[in-house]
Amino acid sequence: MKNRSQKLVLEDVTCRFDELTVCDGINLSVDAGEMVCLIGASGSGKSTLLRCINLLEPIDSGHIWLDGEDISIPGLDPKPYRKRIGIVFQSFNLFPHMTVMQNICLAPTRVLNATVTETHAVAKDLLQRFGLQDKASEYPDRLSGGQQQRVAIVRALAMQPEIMLLDEITSALDPELVGEVLEVVKALKEQNMTIVLATHEMAFAREVADRVCFLDGGKILETAPPEEIFTNPREARTREFLHRLL
Amino acid sequence: MGSKLHALLVTATLALGSASALAANECSVGKTLKADRLTVATGNPAYPPWVMNDAPESGEGFEAAVAFAVAERMGFDQSSVDWVRTSFDEAIQPGAKDFDFNLQQYSIKPERLEVVDFSEPYYTTTIAVVVREDSAAADTEATASSLKKLKYGAAAGTSSQPFLENVLQPEQATLLYDDNADVVAAISANQIDAIVFDLPSALFVSAVQLEGGKLVGQFPVENNEAPDNFGLLMAKDSLLKECVDEAIKSLHEDGTLKDLESKWLADATGAPVIDMDK
Amino acid sequence: MSALSPRKRYEQKERRRSLLIATASLLAVCAALYTLVPKAPGWVAVKRSFFNWAVLEKTFPTLLKAFLWDIAIFAWSLPLIMVLALAIALCRNVKTPALFPLRVFGAFYTDIFRGVPTILLVYLIGFGIPGLGLPRPWNSPYLWGTVALVLTYSAYVAEVLRSGIESVHKSQRAASESLGLTEADTMRFVVLPQAIRRQVPAMMNFIIALQKDVALLSFIGPVELLRQANVYKSLMANFTPYVGAAVIFLCVTIPATRYADYLLAKQHSVRT
Ligand SMILES: Nc1ncnc2c1ncn2[C@@H]1O[C@H](COP(=O)(O)OP(=O)(O)OP(=O)(O)O)[C@@H](O)[C@H]1O
Ligand SMILES: [Mg+2]
Repeated sequence: MKNRSQKLVLEDVTCRFDELTVCDGINLSVDAGEMVCLIGASGSGKSTLLRCINLLEPIDSGHIWLDGEDISIPGLDPKPYRKRIGIVFQSFNLFPHMTVMQNICLAPTRVLNATVTETHAVAKDLLQRFGLQDKASEYPDRLSGGQQQRVAIVRALAMQPEIMLLDEITSALDPELVGEVLEVVKALKEQNMTIVLATHEMAFAREVADRVCFLDGGKILETAPPEEIFTNPREARTREFLHRLL
Repeated sequence: MGSKLHALLVTATLALGSASALAANECSVGKTLKADRLTVATGNPAYPPWVMNDAPESGEGFEAAVAFAVAERMGFDQSSVDWVRTSFDEAIQPGAKDFDFNLQQYSIKPERLEVVDFSEPYYTTTIAVVVREDSAAADTEATASSLKKLKYGAAAGTSSQPFLENVLQPEQATLLYDDNADVVAAISANQIDAIVFDLPSALFVSAVQLEGGKLVGQFPVENNEAPDNFGLLMAKDSLLKECVDEAIKSLHEDGTLKDLESKWLADATGAPVIDMDK
Repeated sequence: MSALSPRKRYEQKERRRSLLIATASLLAVCAALYTLVPKAPGWVAVKRSFFNWAVLEKTFPTLLKAFLWDIAIFAWSLPLIMVLALAIALCRNVKTPALFPLRVFGAFYTDIFRGVPTILLVYLIGFGIPGLGLPRPWNSPYLWGTVALVLTYSAYVAEVLRSGIESVHKSQRAASESLGLTEADTMRFVVLPQAIRRQVPAMMNFIIALQKDVALLSFIGPVELLRQANVYKSLMANFTPYVGAAVIFLCVTIPATRYADYLLAKQHSVRT
């Protein structure tokens, strides 16, 4: 049995859509401050796994432990756990009718019951850190994709989460915008944020990840430090996948 | 001076009246359907207060009484009058008639005059007020000033509406409806206190359409800006018309019609004529 | 001006040309109508009974005053319609099984009140409910006529709102819920504002229809513009008051219609 007191532990997590098993007995533990990358072909179940961790998708069997607490018990109110786990989506999903500032401050004021001045201060600080200080009163449709994605990250960070789940946050961006977003992720890691990142950016994964998991058909086929998995993968399927990319 | 003049007028009227009665007697000879008998038609059935108990022979009811009064002026006593019945529409059709005259609240209208003849009017409609039996207005004496305080409804496009606006001028805004049935629905729902109709409609509404409706009074006839005139209906180009007109004129002049009207259409119906100055 | 590119210059020329043609053809049509219509054999009669200046002058002030009732009825109905429509739309959207009866109620409500002609509802409610024996002022035709309008229109607007709510992409809900917001907060702060914004042009159409349908209250007593015109028509045996009433209604509905079109056009340009 695993040490369930790690930051985040997935134990035999299975998730089905009707007949289709999308996550098939996933086991994974993540230490505090660790950064784990999920790689794998399209449709291998990366997004679904992240959605399961955020309790946006109910799991069919298995357990998810957060700080030693089982958060996957059916019928449990997911909200207290969601606010501890931030998630950023591939397609940003900013609220189009709100300014950047309003996007960021909505959840802290409604969920954490923070005062407006507090949240404003936090938001200003975060925007400053990610080079968005002059965009606070813009609406999302006036921002570039990279800026929007950075705002989405700031929005999640404003909830002061313990874990960040990042789902292919660069794949909807033009190539020249990818860099600015990855810089943000790197900065997060340097501040010891616990991160689970699904990505197709192999070079990035190799550079910053502590561990890389290769998903195939809903299973984790291989988990290893990046150097090992990219230079000398154990599984044939992994090798095949990486060959096709490189 | 005033009373002397009045006395003089009455004498003159009486003299004229008796003279014309004699003349009318001769006037109608040979012009009736049956020799020496007068055939009078009314509705089937006939309703109060126009004919009481559907028995015109008794002379009870406004139109029964008017018919006998006209007959008398034409020289026919009660026993020389025969009664027949016709439906309302049947009698207005062109063609031969099986009566000398017919009375069942026929209004004199130009389009009817093309196919039948009418006598001089024997009655001019007044405007009457109907309220709910259970309202305060039903129990107090109806005066112009007390009636002004009520909330009225009327069917738009009828003579009731200009009457309210120009003559009575109630204190609250009038509500208007498409037809009488809607006005009756509104008073049933207590959305309005009172309705004004011409007397014949008011009689019908308070007796038939409106459960718990009460006729509280009628306004003096001169207040009706667009009254209906009821006439005796006769066949087109009836030879008798001249004699009938003569008789009605004399009944007007000596006040007989006024008396009959107040007996049958005011006292008997409980719709006193309202004093406009009170 | 000499800095204009050849393309700009061409476009400007084209614009001027089409403006000229449009103006000319409009003028031609107006001139034709103006000269030909009075030549119609019945024109004098029609003019006398439909476009009678003397009648209009005499009746117009009162017609305008009667129109205040239409405005008042509209003004107090509209907020009620919006609030009730929102409540019904939310009813139809509840997911909790315990509240399933609310969904059923919402569905019934919209089916029934959209299915019955407004005028029938005005009659049935305007006479029927006061007929139960309510005391004044609770049996007022203004009150129950308004109820009838509110019931019908909120059913329509609720459907518009509901389709607006459904048109908000589910990723918006997911984003909101992933931040820990409750379902109610998600609806209130994320879904509804977008849904309403998206449906404003569609709702404008109902608002315009409502501006005209307030006249239906005249069937149960209130003397508003339509009834006042009707009274004058009977009184003067002339249709000009109806034309006057139509003009008054148009003065309000045309700007509203234009505004709705403008909103719709604006929305299309944002989406594409
Ligand atoms: N809501 C859903 N209902 C049914 N099937 C779904 C649903 N969401 C995802 N799937 C299926 O689950 C499988 C895994 O999807 P998922 O989005 O997790 O893959 P992914 O690894 O993130 O792929 P990509 O790299 O393209 O984002 C796919 O076959 C997809 O069709
Ligand atoms: Mg994905």
